Amino acid sequence: MLRKILIGILILISFLLQCTIFHAFAFGGIIPNLLIILTASYGFMGGRKSGMLTGFFCGLLLDIFFGEAIGFSALIYMYIGYINGCFRKIFFPEDIKLPLCLIAASDLVYNFLWYSLLFLLRGRFQIGYYFIHIILPEMVYTVAMALIMYPLILKTDQKLAEREKRSAKKFV
Amino acid sequence: MSPIVKRKGEKFTLPSKYLLLIITILCICLMVITFTTDIFNGSLGTAVGYITLPFQNGITEVGTWLSDKSDELSQIRMLLEENQELKRQVDELTIENTMLQQDKYELNNLRELYKLDDEYSEYEKVGARIIAWDGGNWFHSFTINKGEEDGLEVDMNVMAGSGLVGRIVAVGKNWAKVTSIINDNSNVSGMVLSTSDNLIVSGDLELMSQGLIRFEQLVDSDNQVVEGDKIVTSNISDKYLPGILIGYISTMEMESNNLTKSGYVTPAVDFQHLEEVLIILNKKQSLED
Repeated sequence: MLRKILIGILILISFLLQCTIFHAFAFGGIIPNLLIILTASYGFMGGRKSGMLTGFFCGLLLDIFFGEAIGFSALIYMYIGYINGCFRKIFFPEDIKLPLCLIAASDLVYNFLWYSLLFLLRGRFQIGYYFIHIILPEMVYTVAMALIMYPLILKTDQKLAEREKRSAKKFV
Repeated sequence: MSPIVKRKGEKFTLPSKYLLLIITILCICLMVITFTTDIFNGSLGTAVGYITLPFQNGITEVGTWLSDKSDELSQIRMLLEENQELKRQVDELTIENTMLQQDKYELNNLRELYKLDDEYSEYEKVGARIIAWDGGNWFHSFTINKGEEDGLEVDMNVMAGSGLVGRIVAVGKNWAKVTSIINDNSNVSGMVLSTSDNLIVSGDLELMSQGLIRFEQLVDSDNQVVEGDKIVTSNISDKYLPGILIGYISTMEMESNNLTKSGYVTPAVDFQHLEEVLIILNKKQSLED
């Protein structure tokens, strides 16, 4: 329960930061995607279901405020969380390479889907331009932010897991 | 948690595969519902807005304050040099100003003569502050801190300074979402002020970073339109009020069909540094009634 509340608060904070303060500190007009960091992290840390639900609520929040149709980015985020959940078996907390790679890949996939569904279908074929000017910078910025954010997420998650274990022992 | 409760909970646990399927169907349903009806437009946004808006308000303020401060520090040296130059310019401009004032007097007289009233200033406007931007990098839309309570409605035009920014696409109780004209999926029907030739101004993500918008379908068989001409919203647009400044033509070329021209427009608004906007409370539809 505590974990669910924490994830909820984290989603809200990331969404608020992404929509407000990061626009003041955008590099070349590009802002990082904090919500994808959250979705991917809870995917490979907590498994498919956790990643899926985190992604769903991240996307839903974006949809409510900025989406054309509610459920569109919720769907994309959810599948990204789910796929990240499949990597739980090869995830070890000591290793930071896999999480960063997964977060980078998630951002790439997310933006690529976004491009294909909202731009390619309207006849904007300059994928090279979009890749160099939007997808790539956002990925780099997101990974840079993940370097700060991911250890924090991991730490709080481990603390919570310890606490849960202790309280579970008490009842045995 | 007690083990009994836990065992009970486990009985009802859904495999993630099925949950994924269920939520996927739910999402698709929601999408279909939002496309066909607009029941979510107000209620859902308003509900979530109650939680997030106060935070957005505060954080944006802090963010702009911080970035302003860092800008200030780096700009002090530049400003000193600029100051001297500006002082020189002030002198030049004062002379120019007196001349222009004479012109203006003349213009006013002529306007009266033609009984052209300045519609622009007749529109009732209300100011609002931008509190949140789009969460991604693909579109250019933002939320402002006024909504239904302040008399805003969907399709009202939004300006900043003297130029057109966009229009309201969704309204909540105390917030409204604005999509701007440089947005990739936005099209505005405009016209060249000097010749009244119609054209279509459409946003393009590729040009967004250069601060330009594209225009197309300008019929100008007499070659009267030149670079630098003002483009305003046209009379035939059904969403935008007529005569609002969009920008100035920066480049122009013949399209391959040899009939119409296309090119780029420099918008009158600095979209990268928007903070406050003006909303025109008159709507095009209600004007015609």
